[in-house]
Amino acid sequence: MSTKFKFFISCEEAKHICDKSQYGEASFWEKVKLKVRLSWCHITRAYSNKNSKLTELMKKSNIDAIEQEKKEEMQRELQEEMSKY
Amino acid sequence: MPNNQLDPNKWITLYADYLFNYTIVRVNDRETAQDLVQETFFAGLKSMANFKGEASERTWLISILKRKIIDYYRKINSKKGQAEVRINYNADTESEGDWLEERVADTYDRNAEDQIQNEELGLAIEDCIDKLPEKQATIFKMKTILGYDTETICNDLNITASNLWVIIHRARTALSGCLEQNWY
Repeated sequence: MSTKFKFFISCEEAKHICDKSQYGEASFWEKVKLKVRLSWCHITRAYSNKNSKLTELMKKSNIDAIEQEKKEEMQRELQEEMSKY
Repeated sequence: MPNNQLDPNKWITLYADYLFNYTIVRVNDRETAQDLVQETFFAGLKSMANFKGEASERTWLISILKRKIIDYYRKINSKKGQAEVRINYNADTESEGDWLEERVADTYDRNAEDQIQNEELGLAIEDCIDKLPEKQATIFKMKTILGYDTETICNDLNITASNLWVIIHRARTALSGCLEQNWY
């Protein structure tokens, strides 16, 4: 049987699916496998709780960041300005 | 006393997002916030000679930024010709009754407090992100805060998807730990 249809997954794999599901990128089948693992593995459960808590905090904080491109532009401008000194 | 040094080459990478978050809750506009952050860096360059090394680089930049934000408010205020503060107890002539009663604070309205807490939380998270290795921090921010697709990030930074998830996993674990110590 290929790994895709494996029903029981390792703790590492469960954590990986858990990470993906925080970003809405886990498939239905992956979520089922994660649920099964969560039902008996306390390590996965602890990780999953922490992970959701972090996502919740990130949302609540309204934290924002400057776009990568804008940062590069700012870096260029700053570099230019520095050359004047 | 430790003598802190300035290194403007790293300012954008190290402090741009922290200063940006500090600013955005105060000016409520991304463009303006970005401009103010950049102006702060420029002003920092100009007054590098005044840096005595007593405060950390970031604290020093924040103090410049605070003045920039005040200046910004002064400027928009004078543009409107509204430098004086006017208080209208009752601008709405439609409403009748005792104005005092109408103006009593709504005890169920916890917006202000929540906002303050959220701002502190934002800066606490930013502090924890700053402790991550640079690459982890960049990827985590792109994925979580800016909401870029996995594919976009992989193409931009030339990494594989499994690379990305390993980095995200490490960043999330480290952040959870850091926030557990500093926030909960």
